[in-house]
Amino acid sequence: MSVGLLLVQTLNGLELGVLLFLIAAGLTLVFGVMDVVNLAHGVQYMLGAYLAVAFAAATGSFWLAVPLAAAASLLLGAVLERLVFRRLVGADHLDQVLATFGLILLAEEGVKLVWGPAPRSLAIPDLLAGTVPLFGGLRYAVYRLAVLGAGLLVAGLLALLIERTRAGMRLRAGASNAAMLSALGVDVGRLFALVLAAGAMLAGFAGAVAAPIVSVDPGMGGPVLILAFVVIVLGGAGSVRGSFLAALLVGLTDTLGRSLLDAALAGALPPAAARTAGPALASMLIYLLMAAVLAFRPGGLLPARGRA
Amino acid sequence: MSDILAAAGLTKAFGGLPVTRNVSLAVRAGEIHALIGPNGAGKSSLIGQLAGTLTPDAGRVTLDGAEVTHLPPHLRARRGLARTFQVSALIGGLSALENVALAVQARAPRPLAPFRRAAGDAALEQPALAALAAVGLAERAAAPAEVLAHGERRALEIACALALQPRCVLLDEPLAGMGHAEGRAIVGLLGGLKGRFAMLLVEHDMEAVFALADRVSVLVEGRLIATGPPEAVRADPAVRAAYLGEAG
Amino acid sequence: MTRLAAALAAALLLAAPLAAWAAGNAYLLALGTRAAVFALAAVSLQFVVGFAGLVSLGHAAFLGIGAYALLMLGGAGLDETLVSLPVAVLAGALFAWPTGWVALRTRGVTFLMITLAFGQMAYFVAEALADYGGDDGMPLDRAPPLAGTALLAQPVAFHLFVLLLLAAAIAAARLLGASRFGRVLRAARQDAGRVAALGFDVTRVRLIAYVAAGAAGALAGWLLAVTTGFVSPALLDWRVAGQLLVMVILGGVAAPEGAAAGAVGLVLAEEALSAASEHGRIALGALLLGAALLRLRLRAPAR
Repeated sequence: MSVGLLLVQTLNGLELGVLLFLIAAGLTLVFGVMDVVNLAHGVQYMLGAYLAVAFAAATGSFWLAVPLAAAASLLLGAVLERLVFRRLVGADHLDQVLATFGLILLAEEGVKLVWGPAPRSLAIPDLLAGTVPLFGGLRYAVYRLAVLGAGLLVAGLLALLIERTRAGMRLRAGASNAAMLSALGVDVGRLFALVLAAGAMLAGFAGAVAAPIVSVDPGMGGPVLILAFVVIVLGGAGSVRGSFLAALLVGLTDTLGRSLLDAALAGALPPAAARTAGPALASMLIYLLMAAVLAFRPGGLLPARGRA
Repeated sequence: MSDILAAAGLTKAFGGLPVTRNVSLAVRAGEIHALIGPNGAGKSSLIGQLAGTLTPDAGRVTLDGAEVTHLPPHLRARRGLARTFQVSALIGGLSALENVALAVQARAPRPLAPFRRAAGDAALEQPALAALAAVGLAERAAAPAEVLAHGERRALEIACALALQPRCVLLDEPLAGMGHAEGRAIVGLLGGLKGRFAMLLVEHDMEAVFALADRVSVLVEGRLIATGPPEAVRADPAVRAAYLGEAG
Repeated sequence: MTRLAAALAAALLLAAPLAAWAAGNAYLLALGTRAAVFALAAVSLQFVVGFAGLVSLGHAAFLGIGAYALLMLGGAGLDETLVSLPVAVLAGALFAWPTGWVALRTRGVTFLMITLAFGQMAYFVAEALADYGGDDGMPLDRAPPLAGTALLAQPVAFHLFVLLLLAAAIAAARLLGASRFGRVLRAARQDAGRVAALGFDVTRVRLIAYVAAGAAGALAGWLLAVTTGFVSPALLDWRVAGQLLVMVILGGVAAPEGAAAGAVGLVLAEEALSAASEHGRIALGALLLGAALLRLRLRAPAR
């Protein structure tokens, strides 16, 4: 594989990584701090994409659609927190699974009812259309670079919030030792509501900016949710920094692994066998990565719990 | 007398904070060895390293002369190291008898027999009843563990340890949270068991310690500052300064 | 409550052939068989969720492994039940062993996430099997012969075959749960540290339970393939794993027959709601959400 192609795949991997980070960031806190399993978090990503499509159709502007979709996701997160999630804090994991699985069916079927089962798409705005030249005659889509940049920007803002603000400090304290929060006199319920709504907004934003480059369909949240879980497990539950590291690692492993493996297998195996083994092995890579990390570090790469 | 359980140079730190500093300690066959020290001295961490729930950063643990430093808890238990827990952690939903029967099962041939019904198995329940009788709980055999009084639970913990036919038992504050009369009953119970196995007794109750212990070790800030017969330790100026003086 | 539900479910499953015959609608029998197969899958999952306290969201992988084992053996002309069924069960156990070993290094929700991830891995592998239809999957050539006979091609006989295996699975799960092994497993759910301090290797005990559940899950997968006559990656979808878990939860978690009743209930509810409306799954989602919130409210004063 040429250096140029390697660069393209690296950029693709980073882009997938930042999207995964946006989805995993809220989820890892909800899980790490409040010990709540939220299977419905992928739904927020899916709804973010649908909302962006709908707002773009209504306003005619991509630039209005994305912030509107993020704001609507925030609102939706806050409403769901009030109606459902606050009752799940401290509940049995099985009840959390039951409730959030029900939410998934509700949301996915609801989307089909409103927008139909066929995939939707969102046009890339003119400003970000086209490609930029890399070396070696390769070109790279401007929009993908913009997604990468926007994702990094949001990640940076989030890091700032968590490292520098009171709420952020409390979150870090809570992730390392949940009992400490109430001992400090923190209103845990409010903190949870904040994290849940903010997490919903981040996931919705990720869905909105991903809408032009993926197929927008009711089931799109599932695979993303599972990847986000891998990110959380790899990074260490409750650790936002760990999630960032793990998200980039997963993104790069998936895209780079896929192309490197294809190239390697094409050289080593007969073409028919390589065509079968290649995709299977490539899709297994991140799970093998996860298994390998867990075998040595059961708490993840940067565990939040027990950090003094 | 030979050492059943021995620690040599145990050292452990959590995130740069040392909790165990170069501790060497031996429990001899048949003795009751008390480990005392103020709160936060690192007693629980030391017990954890001896039982295998914590791995020391340096040093070794030997059981009957064989190194067990890196063995997980269940393998140490199989070699004869039993323990009771500070927070009484019996299995709720099981009766007192069934809790002890579970311990008997651990020593029985085919402890995990997949199709052999556990409830009502005489091979498990007869030794369990004997252990219950030894701690005075025979009449409470059918009571669910969660309805037992605090003192009864402690006695049940000791019955479970007994049923394991151990070489050495780690007793993690067996008198904690108990009234005086209940506490004396447990002291009497432990005194009666003396000689059947070695005991490492972690306890705050000085009356109990001096009534039971053959030797006493004092742990302060993760370091052993004295080991010896109770009278010698009681007279040790360093111990008085660091611990007994403070306790009155 | 569990007993009543289990008795009702058993009656429904036993009555399915009669109902189909009386109504002249073969679909009723197929539905009953499908419900019974999912009941068997739920019983296998209940073993790890209820007895061991391990919440697995990757159980669909075992269904898929059992189904693909039959498809692949059929392609080689080895679909004879006496061969393909044991091989499927073995394949389930072989997948459960290493994945369970890794997953058991963690606890609680992390275990759930990892089993989900391994399930997804199995899904992608199935999708990549180009020789077996890839994405789309593939029909079976025929119902597998049983000792050389075409008995299982006969719907009523196959239904009874499934019921027999379901009854055997429930009996085995109950026996295992009450055994020495089961007592250690259930005690470790409450306090693993204490059980380890008695000298039991808790991780090993849990791994054995996980492998047994995986093997039984693959058995259900083999049956599911015969039931639908079709094998595709959709069997391994994480939503299937979620549904299995929901069946176990609805059945009350504690008993295998409860899980079976939960499965029959969910399959029939889903069928009825889809028949009533194209978007019946909305009602199903609302039902599950409502059930969870109701359970929480009922339990709230106790907490």
